[in-house]
Amino acid sequence: MAIPKVCGIETEYGILVRGGESNPVVASSVLINAYVNDRSRRVDWDFEDETPGVDARGFSYEDALAPEVESHLVNAVLTNGARYYVDHAHPEISTPECSDALQALVYDRSAEEIVRLSMALAAPLLPDGAELLVHKNNSDGKGNSYGCHENFLVARETPFGRLVAEITPHFVTRQIFCGAGKVGCEAPGFSSTEVPFQISQRADFFEEEVGLETTLKRPIVNTRDEPHCDPQKYRRLHVIVGDANMSEGATLLKLGTTSIVLSMIEDGFVGSDLALAHPVPAIRQISHDPTLRRTVLMQSGSRMSALDIQWSLFERATRYADERGLASVGDQVGRLVLALWEEVLTGLAGDRTSVADIVDWVAKERLLTAYAQRHSIPAGDARLRAIDLQYHDMRPGKGLSAKVGLRTFVSAEDVSRGIERAPETTRAYFRGECLRRWPDDIVAANWDSMVFDVGRDPLRRIPMMEPLRGTKAHVGELLESSTSIADLVDRLGA
Amino acid sequence: MAERVHKQKQTSDRTAEMGAEAGATTEHGDKLRAELDDLLDEIDDVLESNAEDFVKSYIQKGGE
Repeated sequence: MAIPKVCGIETEYGILVRGGESNPVVASSVLINAYVNDRSRRVDWDFEDETPGVDARGFSYEDALAPEVESHLVNAVLTNGARYYVDHAHPEISTPECSDALQALVYDRSAEEIVRLSMALAAPLLPDGAELLVHKNNSDGKGNSYGCHENFLVARETPFGRLVAEITPHFVTRQIFCGAGKVGCEAPGFSSTEVPFQISQRADFFEEEVGLETTLKRPIVNTRDEPHCDPQKYRRLHVIVGDANMSEGATLLKLGTTSIVLSMIEDGFVGSDLALAHPVPAIRQISHDPTLRRTVLMQSGSRMSALDIQWSLFERATRYADERGLASVGDQVGRLVLALWEEVLTGLAGDRTSVADIVDWVAKERLLTAYAQRHSIPAGDARLRAIDLQYHDMRPGKGLSAKVGLRTFVSAEDVSRGIERAPETTRAYFRGECLRRWPDDIVAANWDSMVFDVGRDPLRRIPMMEPLRGTKAHVGELLESSTSIADLVDRLGA
Repeated sequence: MAERVHKQKQTSDRTAEMGAEAGATTEHGDKLRAELDDLLDEIDDVLESNAEDFVKSYIQKGGE
């Protein structure tokens, strides 16, 4: 039986200071500190259990890799259960653990609003004439990429080799509906004359089928084995192959279809017949062809287009839903995702305009084409690249994606609530509510534990190894009736 | 092979369904087209004034 697809999304934003010294590490720190200092007492991230060098294939690079996170930089836990921090030279938000794709979409949107609030709070701290620009994109158009990663809970008992083999066709082809679009090309050996516009921001940067890296020689399937929960029962599949989406429908599809396909893999429902002969060239070939006509070679010797492969996955998913149900992804959310998946594939195969309110690259391509026509601009003009960048601009009133009529799937109330309050259906509830209620008594927190100061020695670490425990249903009353953190810890029996 | 034939049939069914929904699709398409026209009218006010400089100065460090 497929296990619940607890999921989340972590986004590194592009950052630039205009009209002042632009050190991205300083700018990211200013941005995040402005927000964190404005809120209640700051609680720092706890690095106790971080092991980004452990490989899902069974070996460890702990000594060989530089530390993944510079722990002296700002790194805070928010009352909504999220982590907000400087990662390398970018501000990054990891959403809290969510129990389904729609909830994760809410928290991805809340994260955008947290960034906008941060920009407003940081503005007065900048030198005169300086402006902080933040973009939710994945590339600067000059060969530098930064990520938007997804995380999914998967069963440890599913053999990792089979998981890699069966998820790869989805990771290579899902870009046709969740690619964010990009003007030009950054893949070695290709010019922007050959590829004036492509489907994905990220496809140019993938060089391996499977591996541990995230910053160079990026793999389609990342093997980081850092479950942040009970390692005997679970893996956290760390997905680095996606684009950051501005469209809510695209984010919902990205998380939702992947949740369903992963459940199908756990239940032995995908099979090996969709294996690609050469996944790394295929991900670029598909990205470089917005006509969607190109076919790629399969291991079977036949050729399929990305649309063919997605239709095949969709049909399997429909059969899976009928035969096994969609409990692991949330029944209602699963049905919503299936309907949207069919709508978007139908639109991509037919009238492309009909999905311009869901698919970022289609929306962006329409805007670029119409602008170029109106002003008789040739391919390669800087104004087209500027439009591409500004599609992802986080400044209110400046972001073009907010003006192209993208469909919404979550309410403004839910997004606003998600800025302060954690999801009620995962352990993020316990983390977030403890922070909200007793910020002064929390020494540190991370994904799978919290350290409390109960007013007497020693500090108490509360492990949270089950992502679906610590929900409102489990601990809501306990938190409500506890008078202090010491009282809470006593009653937890810790 | 049987599955392939079945799939193609399903695809043509889908195309037929799309035909039936053409009215709704056109309305939806008209709305999107109107929004795009409005955006094109205002885009020069919103767009970075010196696109060439802006694009050139947009340099990020690799991340992740």
